[in-house]
Amino acid sequence: MTTDTKSAPRGLSLGRLLRWETAVTALLVIVFAGGAGFSPDFANTDNLSFALGDLSEIALIALPMTLLVVCGQVDLSVASVLGLCSALTGKLWDGGMAIETIIPIVLVVGVVCGLVNGLLVTRLGLPSLAVTIGTMTLYRGLAYVVLGTEAISEFPTRYTNLATESIPGMPIPYPIALFAVLAIITAVVLHATGVGRSLFAIGSQEDAAYFAGIRVKRLKLVLFVVSGLVAGFAGIVFTLRYGSARADNGLGLELTVIAAVLLGGIDFDGGKGTLGGVIAAVLLIGLLRNLLMLNDVSTEVQSIVTGLLLIISVLTPRLIAVVREAQGRRRGARPVPSAAAP
Amino acid sequence: MIRLRPLPRPKNPPQSTTWNPERHSVMTLRLRAPRRLVAVASAGALALSLAACGGTTKDSSSDSGNKAAAGDGKADPNAPLKKGLKIAFLPKQVNNPYETIVDNAGIAAAKEYGGSAKEVGPSDASASSQVSYINTLIQQRHDAILIAANDQNAVCGPLKQAMAKKIKVVAYDSDTAPECRNVFINQASSEEIGRSEVKLLADQIGGKGDIAILSATANATNQNTWIKYMQDELKKPEYSGMKLVKIAYGDDDDQKSFQQTQGLLQAYPNLKGIISPTTVGIAAAARYIDGSKYKGKVTLTGLGTPDQMRKFIKDGTVKSFELWDPKNLGYLASYAAAALSSGQITGKQGETFKAGKLGERTIGANGEVILGPPTVFDAKNIDQYHF
Repeated sequence: MTTDTKSAPRGLSLGRLLRWETAVTALLVIVFAGGAGFSPDFANTDNLSFALGDLSEIALIALPMTLLVVCGQVDLSVASVLGLCSALTGKLWDGGMAIETIIPIVLVVGVVCGLVNGLLVTRLGLPSLAVTIGTMTLYRGLAYVVLGTEAISEFPTRYTNLATESIPGMPIPYPIALFAVLAIITAVVLHATGVGRSLFAIGSQEDAAYFAGIRVKRLKLVLFVVSGLVAGFAGIVFTLRYGSARADNGLGLELTVIAAVLLGGIDFDGGKGTLGGVIAAVLLIGLLRNLLMLNDVSTEVQSIVTGLLLIISVLTPRLIAVVREAQGRRRGARPVPSAAAP
Repeated sequence: MIRLRPLPRPKNPPQSTTWNPERHSVMTLRLRAPRRLVAVASAGALALSLAACGGTTKDSSSDSGNKAAAGDGKADPNAPLKKGLKIAFLPKQVNNPYETIVDNAGIAAAKEYGGSAKEVGPSDASASSQVSYINTLIQQRHDAILIAANDQNAVCGPLKQAMAKKIKVVAYDSDTAPECRNVFINQASSEEIGRSEVKLLADQIGGKGDIAILSATANATNQNTWIKYMQDELKKPEYSGMKLVKIAYGDDDDQKSFQQTQGLLQAYPNLKGIISPTTVGIAAAARYIDGSKYKGKVTLTGLGTPDQMRKFIKDGTVKSFELWDPKNLGYLASYAAAALSSGQITGKQGETFKAGKLGERTIGANGEVILGPPTVFDAKNIDQYHF
C-alpha cells in the first residue's frame, strides 16, 4: 500500500483529493488577501498573532486527530481530556505544587486517558466512535470531580506569557511555533515513513493491512495514546493561555477539530488525505472566524458559514465521484478506476 | 510500548504457515525489555531534572495585586462628554433576553450623548469565548469596552491589553478581577440581593421547609456571590426552619434549567421553595411548575424580568420576584464609559459623574458604582413594567 499521492494506484481519485487540498489552500489565500484588502484591522501583527494563538489547542489536537481519522478511527474525548487536564493543573497548582512538577503529571494523565481509549478500542474491539463518546462524558465528569465548579487562576506570569506571547517580531505565538515543529514531524511520519503508509493501509482495508503484517492494534493503541498526550498538553496550554483552570474548559472543541480534519480533505472512512490539507483547513477556520468577527458578523452567521464549509467539504468529493461515474457510463467505456477503488 | 497479550494470532491462519506463539513472544520480549527500561529511565531523568530546577509554585509567584485598575492622569469632573465616542457591549452571551435589554438601553444612552454603540458577543456563555471578541474590539479601536464577564480571570489578559491601548473598560452585571477594568457597575449591592431573596421566599412559605437554589453556571461570579449571602442570611435564627438542601445549576440554558427543576422536585418531594437568581432559570422553573402537579405547592421566587414572568404571576404560579431595572443598568454603564473616555473619571473611589437622567453617581470602594435597590414585582405592580 502506498500513500504517495502521485504514484498511487488509485490515480484519478487521489488526483482529485490533491485538488481538494489545493482548493482549501486557495480559499485560505483568498480569505487572507480579501481580509487584508477589506478590513484594515485584519493583517496586522497584533491581530494575526491573536487569531493564530486562538487556534493553539485546535491546531495541536488536529495533528493526532488527522492520524486517527486516516486510519479510520476518531477520538471524540479530546476536549474532555483537555478539560480534565486543565482542571487537574488548576487543582495541583492551587495545592501549592510547582508548575514544573504539575506539567509532567498532567501529561501522564493525558497518556492514561488515551491509553484507556486505545485499550477499549483495540483489546475489546469496540468502535472508536462509541468508546470515545463514552469517555468524552467520563473524562468531563472526572474534570468536575477534580475541580468541581471552581475556577483557579493566578498562574505564574512567566508561563502564561509563554502561552500568550509571540516570537519577537513575528505574529507567531509560542504554542503555534511548537505546533509548526510538531506538524513537520507528523507530516514526515504520515507521508514519508512506513508507519504512515501503514496508517493509510489500515484506513483503506483493515483486514488486508492485518494480513500484510501490519501491527494494526498496536498502531491504533499508540495513536490513541498520542492523542491523549497532545490533548493533555493542549489542556495545559489552554489553562495558561486564559489564565483560568476550569472543568468546563474546551467544551465542544472536539467538533471544531474534527471539522478542520474533514475540511482538510481527510476521508472520514479513513485511508485518504494529507496533513497539508488539514493545516490549511485549521488556518482557514481560524482566519475566517477572525475576519467575520472583525466585520461584526453575528455568531449565528459564523456558525452557519463554518457548517456550510464543512458540508461542502464532505459533499464535493462525493459529487465529483458521482459525476465521473456518470460520465464513464455515458461513454460506455470501462469502469472508471476511482469508482472501483475501495 | 504496552502489551497485555502476545501478538494476536490470525483468526484463520493460512494452513501452510506454522504459528509458534511461544517462540514469537520470547522474541518480542527480548526486544521489548530494554526499550521499556529506556522509557522509564528517561521519564525518571526528566522528572529529576525538572525537580532540580526548584520550581514555580503558587506561593513563590504571588505577584498579582488585587487593587482596582485606577487610571493614570487626573480626573476632571467638569470635562465635557466627548462627541462621537465608539463603545461596545460584550454581554455574557447574545440572545439572552436580559442581556439584550441591558445592552439596548446602553446603546440608546450612547445616542443621547452623541456616541455610537453596538453589542457583540458569543452565543455560549463559556469562559473563553469572550476573549476573541475582546481582541476584535481592540483591533476595531473602540473608545470603551463594556463587559459582563463569564469568568473573572479568563478575560483579564486581553482586557489589560485593551487598557494599555487607552481603551476604557467598564464591567457591568458580572465583574472581572478588579485590576482588569476601570469601573464596575453593580446592579445592586450583592448583599442586598442575596438577603432580600431569602426574605422574599421566607415571607411566602412562612419561614419553614426545605428549599433549593437554581443558579446559572457554577462559575457565574454574581450568582455565586448572591448565593453566599443567601446562605449567610439563612443562618439567622428567624430562618432556622428553612433548610437549603441543594444548589442546582441550569447553566443559563432554558432546557437544562427546566430539567434541573424537574430533577429537584423529584429528588426532594418535601421541597417548599426554590430561589432562582437568574432570569433564564426562573422562567424555565416557572414553566415546569406551571405544567406539573407541584403547582401551588412549591413557591418559586428569584430574579426575573416582568415580561417573562407576567403570565406566571397572573396565573398564580409565582407570587413575587425581584429585579433591578436592567434598562437603568445599561444606561448607567453607558454613561460611565463615556465619563471615563472623556476624562471626567478615572475609576478612583470618590470620583463623581453625571449619568443623564439617573443623576450624579459616585464611585465607591474597589471602583464600584451601585445602581440601587432591587424592585419587587407582584400581581399589583407588574403591569407598570415592560422589559
